[in-house]
Formats: sequence, structure tokens, C-alpha cells
Amino acid sequence: MNNAETTTSKPEFSAAAQEELETIFSRYPDRRSAMLMVLHLAQREFGYISPGVEELVAEVMERPVTEIHGVVTFYTMYNTKPVGKYHIQLCRNISCWIKNAPGLLEYLKSRLGIDVGQTTSDGKFTLSEVECLAHCENAPTMQINDDIICDLTKEKIDRLIDELK
Amino acid sequence: MKLVSKNFDVPDSHKLAVCEQNGGYTRIRKALEMEPQTIIDEVIAANLRGLGGAGFPAGRKWSFLPKDNPKPRYLVVNADEGEPGTCKDKYIMTNDPHLLLEGIMIASWAINSHTCFIYIRGEYVKQAKILEAAIAEAKAAGYLGDKMFGKDFPLEVVVHRGAGAYICGEETSLLNSLEGKRGWPRLKPPFPAVEGYLACPTIVNNVETISYVPWVIELGGEKFASLGSERNGGMRLYSVSGCVKKPGVYELPLGTNLKDIIFEHAGGLFEGRRLKAVIPGGSSSPVLTPDEIDLPMDFDSLAAAGSMLGSAGIIVLDDTINLVEALAVLARFYAHESCGQCTPCREGTGWMRKILDRIVAEGGRSVDPANLERIAKNIIGNSICPLGEAASLPVIGFAAKFPEEFAEYVARGETAKPSTTAVAAVI
Ligand SMILES: Cc1cc2nc3c(=O)[nH]c(=O)nc-3n(C[C@H](O)[C@H](O)[C@H](O)COP(=O)(O)O)c2cc1C
Repeated sequence: MNNAETTTSKPEFSAAAQEELETIFSRYPDRRSAMLMVLHLAQREFGYISPGVEELVAEVMERPVTEIHGVVTFYTMYNTKPVGKYHIQLCRNISCWIKNAPGLLEYLKSRLGIDVGQTTSDGKFTLSEVECLAHCENAPTMQINDDIICDLTKEKIDRLIDELK
Repeated sequence: MKLVSKNFDVPDSHKLAVCEQNGGYTRIRKALEMEPQTIIDEVIAANLRGLGGAGFPAGRKWSFLPKDNPKPRYLVVNADEGEPGTCKDKYIMTNDPHLLLEGIMIASWAINSHTCFIYIRGEYVKQAKILEAAIAEAKAAGYLGDKMFGKDFPLEVVVHRGAGAYICGEETSLLNSLEGKRGWPRLKPPFPAVEGYLACPTIVNNVETISYVPWVIELGGEKFASLGSERNGGMRLYSVSGCVKKPGVYELPLGTNLKDIIFEHAGGLFEGRRLKAVIPGGSSSPVLTPDEIDLPMDFDSLAAAGSMLGSAGIIVLDDTINLVEALAVLARFYAHESCGQCTPCREGTGWMRKILDRIVAEGGRSVDPANLERIAKNIIGNSICPLGEAASLPVIGFAAKFPEEFAEYVARGETAKPSTTAVAAVI
């Protein structure tokens, strides 16, 4: 993952990403429809959507940068700040709440030594709360990067964090 | 009896070869021998209702497509699965993606559409990958692509990932999002069937709705209809979560008794617990008391009972659950997810959240229930899309059906802070 903030020059898509961009554009009848998929790709490339990345996406999409910013800030999955190597997102909605999500949130906070919205000083973990992840039958649940973890307990959280540390 | 869930437990059921051993892609072959209008007629006869939440009859929606519009037509599959308590479409996409693809093929043939977008919630990374792989397999087999099953009928299916916004499950918001915009709902009319994606005629259907289409073809519309209740054809997937022994997703006929779903299929309550409340159709549906759950789960019966079948996400709350706190959790959700376009919803959901958070943290005031109801009623009917109503109905329902729970908080708040109450009453 290359971090957009470490370079002062404008970020650029890698050759592989540029190829992927062409595939994405070929799937839609108009260029603008590719927006969400292009932003997903950009986030994978650069870790988060910085103002520089917004400008790059604006160029690729052939749209004004203000519009890109409007889209990025509408959707919760686009990070506008850097996140840790592992982004932990605990569900706080009703079915998980019933199954003690608030208790697990407190546990995660103390285990990681951070509050919601913060990243550990080693840059490993970011903690967020999210709304329903649609795994209500196996509540409580959380997401770590692309994976969803179900039937959470304190022991399971311990195991996961020890593994990833 | 099982229809869409028939292959859920078959090992490797997501693979084309396994799916075909279990009856996959036989219905599309049959459908391609049928006239498109005949298919639509079968779907109408089947009483197949929209299973995303609104329950609109699928066949009737399809027949709203304008006959004389020269623009391309689109099919958009709603795989946003955002309604809290709902986790069913995930099972279809994970375990039987080819069933969904077969449904897409039949529907596309019936409505004469050559491009389908599956709008899948961004968090379903695993399911998006499974779908991509299934599409690639179907393409390689000649089932999709330039010639669907050798017919002069091209069909492309594109997986489009959302990015975290409950509102994008609402069909017009979804279309704006698919067009690359902020997911703001559109005014209706025009309905998507007339002016949808890129202002072209578009049919938006839920994953599960489309996945029952092959079964309508296999069984015939009349037989399919007879499996359910009057005007509510066939079966559906009920998601059960919360305070039950066996939470899960159960495929049962439309019209199955809610009590049986909770106490038989989902294993009933934990030992020594008492039922307090049931949210029957996803978080937006008005809550039911234990006395109200002896009731057939279909769209019309739930509407008659003052609630909604919605997405059939059943959330069970027992006597260990504090209902005012539960409502505060829901209010926080709707305030977070209101898109901000309409003032009554944007401001109202924010105020309901603030009041409920304060009630939970500091205790209530005697004016709170009336204020909450007033704010909720001021949203209903005054917003472009139904999210406002979805946010309001739970508040009205909980306050009306469980006044004693609110009264406890009010009593606590009034003894703690008499002066604040007096000020609030004056305002
Ligand atoms: C706030 C809101 C959220 C919605 N979320 C979803 C969703 O996640 N999935 C879905 O299929 N329908 C959802 N719907 C319903 C859609 O607007 C639409 O009715 C449905 O996709 C049509 O398909 P169907 O007729 O097959 O149910 C939502 C509606 C509203 C108002």
C-alpha cells in the first residue's frame, strides 16, 4: 500500500490499476457510472482518499473535483483519513446491540488502548463503529478490512488481535 | 419444502457444475421457449411480491415498462441488504449465485433487457467475488454474453459495489448511486420503470424476488401462488435475530404464523425469559406486542395489524431488553443514515436521536413522549422517500405500545431535574 501523504507529488495509479480502470469503464454505458468502483480502486491503491487522490480521480473521471468530494463524503466506506493496517468496524445496530455489542466495544477500546475513530500508535489498528452489517443471525459481528467476523466474544477478539499483532 | 434455499447446504453449490447437477439452468431453457409476455403473465399469476420490502407485485411492475420507448431497458438487482435485522440475500448470493443469475436471465428475457446491474452493498466483498466468479463461469459456458444459450439475445451482468449508505437500498437513491452520484432519492413519478438508470426504463428488483422467478417457471404461476396465502404467492426467507435460541434464515410459505416462526423454527426464547416485543419486518416496521404475534406473515395481514412485512427481518426482544434503549439505538441509526436532502427527515431524525439519547443518559421529561410523537408525525408524508417514515414509525410504535417503559424514565428524570422539566414544558 503506498501512502499518498508520503509523497508531495500528485499520486498516480499503478500500471495494473490503470488496466483495471479500463476494464471498469468498459462495463458501463457512461463514464460517470464507474465512480463508486473507481473510488474503491483508488482506496485500495492509496489507502484512503486524500485531496490529492480526489484530484486524480477527478481527472480520470473527467468530472469536477468538487463533485468527487461530494461523492466521497456521502459514503461511509471511503476513508478521508489514513487508517491502520487493520480497520476494525464493530456493528452497533439493533441485533448486535441486543447481543452485547456495547460491552464488546468497551473491551475493544481497552484492549487496543484507543477510542472510536482512533488508530493505535504503531499504525496497526483503527477502531470504528458501523451500522448493520447484515449478519444479524450471527450477532454480534465486526468487520476487519474485507472480512466479516461473526458470533463475537471477548475470547474471539483476543485471539484475533493476538494473531494480527 | 424448499425452493430458493434448496441448495444452500449442498457442498460447492456456488459452482456451475454442482448447480447444474441440482437443477440449475433448466428453467431458463424452458423460459427461452416461452413468449416474454407469457412469462410476465405467469409471474403475475404467481402473486410473486417484491421481497425487498415494499411487496409490490413483480409481474405488474414489469408490465409498467413503456412499450414504445426506443431507449435501452435495464434490470437492476437490489443487493444492498441494508435494513437492520435482514440477512437473507446474502445466503442466496453466497450459496446459490447461479440461481440469482438464472432468475436474471429469465427476467431479462421477459422484459427484453440486455444489461443487468447487481448493486451489492460494499461490505459484501466475499459475495461480490462469488458473483463475479459465477458470472465468469456462466459466460464461459455461453449462458451469458453475446448469445444467451445460443439465442440472438446478448446479456451482460455487471456487479456494482455500493460504499456504505443505507439509503442506497431505496431504489431511486440506488439509481443515482449507480450513476456515480451521491445517493439522494428522486421524486416519484416518474417511476424507474419509465425513467430509471440514465433516464432509461429500468426494473429494480430485490435479489430474493429475482431468485424466485426460476421457481415460478418450474412450478407454474398457479402452483407457486398456492404455496402462499391469498395475493401473497409462494415462499420467502425470514431472517430471525435477537433473543431466540436458533437465530437464522428460514424459508417458509408466505402467511406462516409469526408465533410459529419464533417458537418452532427459531427455537423459541431462552430458558426463563419472557417475550417483550417483536419487530416483524426489519427495523423500520412498527413493533408488535406479545399479544399481537399470532398472525400470518404476509404483506396484507401485517398491514392490517398496523405493521409491515417489509424485508421479513424478525427481531425478537425479551424481558432482558430495555425498550427505550433499543429505540435509542434505532433512532441513532436513522439519524446517521438520513441522507440530508429533506429538512423534516434530516432535522427530525436528529432531534429524535438527541431526545432519546438524553432520556437514556439523564432520564426523561413528561413532555418527551408527546414531543417525540410530534416530531415523528411531522416527518411522515413530508420527505421524498420512505426513510423518514421508516425512522418515525418505530418511535410512534414504541411510545404508544410501551408507555410504561417511558414512564419509568420520566419518573427518574423528573425527580432528578425538576427545574429542567419546567423549562422544557414552557418551551
Ligand atoms: C430506506 C429504504 C431502504 C431500502 N433498502 C432496501 C434494500 O436494502 N434492499 C432491497 O431490496 N430493497 C430495499 N428497499 C426497497 C426498494 O426501494 C425497492 O422497493 C425494492 O428494491 C424493489 O424490489 P422488489 O420489488 O423486488 O422488492 C429500501 C427502501 C427504503 C425506503
